[in-house]
Amino acid sequence: MHYSALSVFLQGLRGHKGWQRMWRAPQPKAEYDVIIIGGGGHGLATAYYLAKEHGITNVAVIEKGWIGSGNVGRNTTIFRSNYMFPANTHFYEKGMKLWERLEQDFNFNAMVSQRGVINLFHSDPQRDAFARRGNAMRLAGVDAEFLSPAQLKEMVPILDFENARFPIQGGLIQKRGGTIRHDAVAWGYARGADSRGVDILQNCEVKDILIEGGAVVGVETSKGQIRARKVGMAVAGHTTQIAKMAGIELPVESHVLQAFVSEGIKPLLDTVVTFGAGHFYISQSDKGGLVFGGDLDGYNSYAQRGNLPMMEHVMAGGMAIMPAIGRVRLLRHWGGIMDMSFDGSPFICKTGVDGLYLNGGWCYGGFKATPASGWCYAHTIAKDAPHRLNEKFTIERFREGRMIDEKGVGPNPWIQ
Amino acid sequence: MHRIDCPWCGTRDEAEFQYQGDATVVRPDPDASEEAFFRYVYLRENPKGWHTEWWHHVGGCRQWVKVVRNTLTHEIFATGRAQEDLPLPGTRAKPRRRTRPKQ
Repeated sequence: MHYSALSVFLQGLRGHKGWQRMWRAPQPKAEYDVIIIGGGGHGLATAYYLAKEHGITNVAVIEKGWIGSGNVGRNTTIFRSNYMFPANTHFYEKGMKLWERLEQDFNFNAMVSQRGVINLFHSDPQRDAFARRGNAMRLAGVDAEFLSPAQLKEMVPILDFENARFPIQGGLIQKRGGTIRHDAVAWGYARGADSRGVDILQNCEVKDILIEGGAVVGVETSKGQIRARKVGMAVAGHTTQIAKMAGIELPVESHVLQAFVSEGIKPLLDTVVTFGAGHFYISQSDKGGLVFGGDLDGYNSYAQRGNLPMMEHVMAGGMAIMPAIGRVRLLRHWGGIMDMSFDGSPFICKTGVDGLYLNGGWCYGGFKATPASGWCYAHTIAKDAPHRLNEKFTIERFREGRMIDEKGVGPNPWIQ
Repeated sequence: MHRIDCPWCGTRDEAEFQYQGDATVVRPDPDASEEAFFRYVYLRENPKGWHTEWWHHVGGCRQWVKVVRNTLTHEIFATGRAQEDLPLPGTRAKPRRRTRPKQ
């Protein structure tokens, strides 16, 4: 069923009784061409692009809970491509281009809003570092603009420019960045994949990965054995748990990252702002809630909830740049489990097992990468070889000393 | 909020500590293979359950405290000094109380 203004009008005449389910609830088949483990944003996007770009429609997406119950619904909905290292810049820019055309592409309203992402800087060295990153982005064909304090004051008047400890000296803006309704990303990809023949198997847990003679032959699930010659993992947060089933060890630790939403308030902020002297990023949702987040809690965790010290730390970051929000009440907060890799960059690659593919290690950056990740992963699975855009996101890079350490903090996942 | 029983200072809030990672990894001998160093620097068990780890009491005595903590429930089973060999639950008897050094 194609969604359009006309379909809404016609359904309105019929009392909205003709809308169909957005995806089926099929029983698993005995065998598929490709199995994707994980029905989050990346897994669903992969299935969508496998069907759409490569004509591989005999695909199952296997999800332990319900689709979109993990990190695709547990982030702060920001997308951007303001990275410095070439491997990251080009990959995330591919994602940016896919986000820009996404709604027309999968015929679903994901409320893509290119409201701009501003990174504030607070010192001379930070200004130089941001200028360098902005220049690297522009050289790679990505948009970046330098903002003076005067320009910033016009765009975001509520910032505390004269903060005694962290005065705001300017910012770097990527105007094409912005926010998206994150649940709609999962739903749109699911609907698009399902309509092309992909089976989405919810409440079906993968218990084991079946390997014969060094090649994958299927998975054992809570609904029985399902066979396939190609199996792709897309379970960031739990990647090490699934990879262990195939005997693969990874430079990844699982950590909890919290996000917060305030009560709804009148329009205050029409862009995304990040604090440069701490870790704090904020936007305002269309419902009026301030959506913000900060650092990892900073210890290994699989609990999808965080702790109070990090909440206080995040709020302190907010107060440093926007004291006006001090009386706003917090409405909800949640935690998501991040695959923290040892250089802060992801994996989209083949593994040592034939037919088994890895997508994980997304650290903080998983949501914004969703379309690019699905697109590149589908290519990697369909062709059994990485695309140029993801060829550097390998497991072997650690052994070879080719880490993509954008932040440069060393092999300590809890401070990436 | 984790409440961590420091062997030197007593039970303190998590906010006084800085997490320092997996305490089961051991630095290989200087002449060990490259593979051994690769494993030491980059590979971790990342268990879903009991995890032996370091917490640096940076806002207190500045000692490194060894902690056995559950990564799924955040429950702390035992804490001890760096050189202590802390058991995981189920492997030996009761949860250990902290052992204070003799004055």
